[in-house]
Amino acid sequence: MFVQQLINGITVGGIYALIALGYTMVYGILKIVNFAHGDVFMIGGFMGLILAQTTNLPIWIAYPLAMLITALIGVLIERICYRPIRLHGADALAILISALGVSIFLENFAQLVWGTETHAYVQKIQRTAYNIAGITLSNIQIGVIVLCIILMIVLYLVVNKTKMGMAMRATSQSITSAQLMGINTEKVIALTFGVGSALACVAGILVGTYYDAVYPLIGYSYGLKAFAAAILGGIGSVPGAMLGGFLLGIVETLGAGYISTGYRDAFAFGILILVLLFRPSGLLGKKHVDKV
Amino acid sequence: MAMLEINDLKVKYGVIPALKGLTFHVDEGEIVALIGANGAGKTTTLHAISAIVDKSGGTISFNGKNITNEKAYKIVGMGIAHVQEGRGIFSEMTVLENLMIGAYLRKDKADIQADLKQVYSLFPRLEERKAQNAGTLSGGEQQMLSIGRALMAKPRMLLLDEPSMGLAPVVVEDIFRTIRKLNKELHMTILLVEQNAQMTLHVVNRAYIMENGKIVHSGTAKELRENDEIRKTYLGL
Repeated sequence: MFVQQLINGITVGGIYALIALGYTMVYGILKIVNFAHGDVFMIGGFMGLILAQTTNLPIWIAYPLAMLITALIGVLIERICYRPIRLHGADALAILISALGVSIFLENFAQLVWGTETHAYVQKIQRTAYNIAGITLSNIQIGVIVLCIILMIVLYLVVNKTKMGMAMRATSQSITSAQLMGINTEKVIALTFGVGSALACVAGILVGTYYDAVYPLIGYSYGLKAFAAAILGGIGSVPGAMLGGFLLGIVETLGAGYISTGYRDAFAFGILILVLLFRPSGLLGKKHVDKV
Repeated sequence: MAMLEINDLKVKYGVIPALKGLTFHVDEGEIVALIGANGAGKTTTLHAISAIVDKSGGTISFNGKNITNEKAYKIVGMGIAHVQEGRGIFSEMTVLENLMIGAYLRKDKADIQADLKQVYSLFPRLEERKAQNAGTLSGGEQQMLSIGRALMAKPRMLLLDEPSMGLAPVVVEDIFRTIRKLNKELHMTILLVEQNAQMTLHVVNRAYIMENGKIVHSGTAKELRENDEIRKTYLGL
């Protein structure tokens, strides 16, 4: 029972982590919370569904294509809704309001185009369940966990070992200093939105495949949980978002399994409150010190 | 021909003019200083050259090329490296990463390694601490890192913004010695912004004295050191 719940928790947690990465990367660079990110996740899920449904493309083409489209949407959102405000020198609050506007727009756009109902996901992968020592494990579950872990390792290597990653880290510490090094920071910011959105698209497709459902308001609950995961791990920290995602998924699954499913969200946000009480900057977040 | 030529440069912060038409030049191989009190517009001048702030008028040309409307991230590639006030180092990256990011635009790997060696020989402390996070360095070491990082871009000209700020007197002397060395031995052209007029006028060839966004005096370091009014106002003698 415990191991079973743990595996279920890791599966959900991996998905939270993928979405949380988008929140934390954007926050790391621009110090804004992109409240539209949950809805980008929803759009990503729909993109995967539509491409798999309406075309005959195999999923290894259809899903990366969906990622690419979602990445472009993410870049466009930054370009149209955040950048003009940012370059105008407005404070973070104005961008936050713009983000809420984008969120409302995307949710309504999705309801208008795809209807308010829940859509069954195209199951391109035959679901098989394995039973190992009393633990049920589906191939989809294994796929979700493995894919999440691979993507996180790739992202970690890109951020820490490549020149582009170095530019991203520099930009997140100081946009001005980064520009003085010759870094095109606007390109870095666009890339950050693109990568975050592509990861959210993967999460959307995984949720669709795992739960066999996608609907226009799915981004609200997942977005909120993933945002909580990002804060739990320390917003702005890439490993923090990963840790926060897994931890949140495991805690809420264990809580739901052992105590009551009705309190699933209470466990998720309860642990967030607990951690923030003792570590206000999150588990792996840097303590913020203002030097004079 | 002047290496850096600035003509009637104007900058506004909102409606408040910060630079009210600045004209000056720096020749190749020179060290030139902008001296003045807080709020005179010295840092703004450097920011305008590096395109970190928007200009409301005037022109800037470098090596005969008009760079007035270039984007900030293009300036360093043209050969102007800017050492910011307060150092502007990436405190969550290692010393080595900071230096390497200075060479961000360069592709010549062997040359970059040679320049890294040169920076290390100039500042041996940086080599000792290359694996350390830059935020753990002392103020003087951070200033060395900031200058070293700028050198890694292989610039033709350095803009130094208040390199002595917040440093102990011995360290300040050290930094000024380095600045002189960069100019004499590496033939680096330098535009230096300083409040420490006393020390500055012993290092530079020429200086411009700024007040309220304008240049009010200019001359060779010797002329300015011997000018009575300047001795009283800026050197406190």
